Amino acid sequence: MMAEAVLSIRDLVVEIPTRHAVLRPVDRISLDIAPGEILGVVGESGAGKSMTGNAVIGLLDRPAHIASGEILLNGERIDNLTKDRLRRVRGKRIGMVFQDPLTSLNPLLPIGEQITETILEHLPVTRAEAESRAVAALEEVGIPAAAARIGSYPHEFSGGMRQRVVIALALCAEPALVIADEPTTALDVSVQAQIIALLKQLCRERGTAVMLVTHDMGVIAEAVDRVAVMYAGRLAEIGDVRDVLTRPAHPYTAGLMASTPLASKGLKRLNQIPGAMPSLSRLPEGCAFHPRCPKAAERCRRAPDPTLAAGGGRAACWFANERVA
Amino acid sequence: MNALVSVKNLTRIFDVSKPWLNRLLEGKPKAFLQAVSDVSFDIEERSVYALVGESGSGKSTIGKMIVHLLRPSDGVIEIGGVDLLREPDRQRVDKIRTDIQMVFQDPYASLNPRWRVRDIIAEPVTARGGKAEGLAEHLLEQVGLSAADAGKYPHEFSGGQRQRICIARALASEPKLIVCDEPTSALDVSVQAQVLNLMSDLKEEFGLTYLFISHDLTVVEHMADRIGVLYLGRLVEEAPRDVLFADPKHPYTQMLFAAAPKLDGFGREVEPPKGEIPDPINPPSGCAYHPRCPKAVARCTLERPEMRDLGGNRVACHLAE
Amino acid sequence: MMESRLSRAWQSDFLWSFRRSPTAVVSFFVVLVLVLGAVFAPLVAPHNPFDPSSLNLMNGFSKPMQPNAFTGEAFWLGTDDQGRDVFSTILYGMRISLFVGFCAVLFAMVLGVTLGLIAGYSGGMVGTVIMRIADVQLTFPAILVAMLIFGIAKGFTPVHLRDQMAVWVLIFAIGLSDWVQFARVVRGATLVERKKDYVQAASLNGRKAVGIMLRHILPNVVGPVLVIATISLALAIIAEATLSFLGVGAPPTQPSLGTLIRIGQGFLFSGEWWILFFPATTLLVLALSVNLLGDWLRDVLNPRLR
Repeated sequence: MMAEAVLSIRDLVVEIPTRHAVLRPVDRISLDIAPGEILGVVGESGAGKSMTGNAVIGLLDRPAHIASGEILLNGERIDNLTKDRLRRVRGKRIGMVFQDPLTSLNPLLPIGEQITETILEHLPVTRAEAESRAVAALEEVGIPAAAARIGSYPHEFSGGMRQRVVIALALCAEPALVIADEPTTALDVSVQAQIIALLKQLCRERGTAVMLVTHDMGVIAEAVDRVAVMYAGRLAEIGDVRDVLTRPAHPYTAGLMASTPLASKGLKRLNQIPGAMPSLSRLPEGCAFHPRCPKAAERCRRAPDPTLAAGGGRAACWFANERVA
Repeated sequence: MNALVSVKNLTRIFDVSKPWLNRLLEGKPKAFLQAVSDVSFDIEERSVYALVGESGSGKSTIGKMIVHLLRPSDGVIEIGGVDLLREPDRQRVDKIRTDIQMVFQDPYASLNPRWRVRDIIAEPVTARGGKAEGLAEHLLEQVGLSAADAGKYPHEFSGGQRQRICIARALASEPKLIVCDEPTSALDVSVQAQVLNLMSDLKEEFGLTYLFISHDLTVVEHMADRIGVLYLGRLVEEAPRDVLFADPKHPYTQMLFAAAPKLDGFGREVEPPKGEIPDPINPPSGCAYHPRCPKAVARCTLERPEMRDLGGNRVACHLAE
Repeated sequence: MMESRLSRAWQSDFLWSFRRSPTAVVSFFVVLVLVLGAVFAPLVAPHNPFDPSSLNLMNGFSKPMQPNAFTGEAFWLGTDDQGRDVFSTILYGMRISLFVGFCAVLFAMVLGVTLGLIAGYSGGMVGTVIMRIADVQLTFPAILVAMLIFGIAKGFTPVHLRDQMAVWVLIFAIGLSDWVQFARVVRGATLVERKKDYVQAASLNGRKAVGIMLRHILPNVVGPVLVIATISLALAIIAEATLSFLGVGAPPTQPSLGTLIRIGQGFLFSGEWWILFFPATTLLVLALSVNLLGDWLRDVLNPRLR
């Protein structure tokens, strides 16, 4: 399975040097995404989930940079490419969908033109063919009267329709991997359901692998095959979505699930994890979760902290095995 | 049955026209947006009333009218039986206005970054010329922070802590009603749980009444006693929580429940809802939901449905029974 | 306690970026030296150029650093036609220039910030009128507006007070020509702040509009105001020099840098270059340093550039 993974991240470390210290918003992350698989990356704000996605597509804002580790796309390293080659990989082999569709669309170009341009840049087709493919792509994502609307500008669409256009743009060059960073957070519930259904359907049809970054446990449950839970820049738990959500092996995942209003149905008070996620500049020694963990033992307070190697185990917790068993 | 807040036929129209010079040059008429349209409901004392809806439903506009940040275009809002807009006794109006407070969605924008927490929390008292010695310290401890935090500035706190400060400020004038406009939608799940629990505790302790505005059905289900569902500025359904969740009558409510992601919905494949929320400047005729409604008949396009009592629910749908 | 507060201040982001910017450090110290020299001119200057009894006409046209042919006295930067020490006239001239500059900017700032707050917070007709006036004023060069105001204001001052009042009229004219920038920036920032929830919270708690503007919005718009004030100071100093150079500014009895340059340019082609050169260089260095300081301040206080 590992050899055929579309995306492999190995011990990825992203660092931000600041005046006082070097922060690690992504700390020794390893994960794989198989073809046609949707991997959810979930965590609270500041957990490093977006930063992981940005590292894969090479969109880290300076001074953040990849300090060590490898990112492999179909077995080929992409973390050390030149800017030029990276831009070719982005768009051609990795598609992107962001929270705000307007960041991915050029406000001054008609949407049909933007998709045509992307197709021409990445695929060996004629202009006429690219244009007809653009119309087909828009039809596929459910834009009504696509042929008539290719001349429209992004601001002429509603939020949900814009996100559909972005998905068409992300998929038009037939990438092997799509990174979707909070694609439905800005949308209403009914439109969110539409977009999630669309993303799932298209990726299943084409066998595209998806990395779905979100903070919404409900979206994770409905949309993904496997889920990676991040905490303070580190991978807390990774595994089949059903297992992770129903039988969490890491105390943080357990706490996160328990604190959702759905899990506390019928209770007068919600279950809550005490405290808050530590800021990156003040990470505790040992396991980053230990100050909030109900099961923390002496070992958890000392370095080294438990880490998850690729393919090894489910939860970065010294006691994970006991609990699963 | 003792209604603290009584809203009758509330309507709010916004003038969304372009500046008159542009209108003149482009030959366009004035444009109006009816953000809230003929909404009526009561909030019982010491209960939690939730308004649920998607963007453009008018839920925040209703909240702002109840705290008097916006004037209604039409209709009546009575607080404790007094219509503040028509009450001639100014002192009585001022007194009742201190009974109403608000907690906002964005904990970053709702605290003045240049003020110390002490002054922020005491503002409801000091803005009216009162003395607030030690008030902030006391309230900070009430909301689970420490008295020593009073001397700090907002940027030294996390999102959840800031929302606690906002709640402390809302408590300063010893209010009866707190309007909570999406109080936890900017917060992470684990922090949301802490803040919701705090709000429940404070409600018990101070005998508060909440108007809880949210788009998140799971939060509403946990907090609310009674729920009103809004669509495009209109109240489409209203019921006690358990009744509504057990048996939603309006097709829009049913769609909302079906579309909301479920924690146990692994690999759920549902037919996603059709269409999007229409442009509120040109709302559909008749029932505003009819273009998206799977059950719509000819009558729905022509006639706006009135609120009807159906057992425990009040529903604005021609077909509901 | 004191020391820890000092060291904390030294460690603050503001001073940290200051220490890291050689431009800022150099221009800050240049401005500091010039301002101190101007403020303490009576103590620093070797001569008092405005005390006729101390002047010796025989010292006229001394070259810099060279003993005078008649009296044998030497002057660092030479003397002018009346034997006044150029170094001393520059120090005293800078006093006038800086005083006019500071006061004009202060006046423009108070006026512009007030009008900007009102225009931004109240909006509507009042705001529109204020900003249209600002737009109209912007279509004329500031120096032209200042000259116009100066002319009109001078007409209203009694003749026997004209020389005494000249400096104040100058401040009024330059200040009035410069408020637009403040008003525009403050209005823009106020429009943003007004929508924020903390303003809504204050308003629902019964705080009146004036209280909201002064206590809530004003503290949140001072950052950009400070930046404009610094850059405006350089512009005001130059405006004052321009007006004085054109002969409509500071009177010859109270010569500012601009007046000195006007006097000096008459001697340029007869070989007495220093009478023009040193006041002009001082003006250049002063204006440039203040400007560079303003640029740095803008970069530091602007979160988008960070």
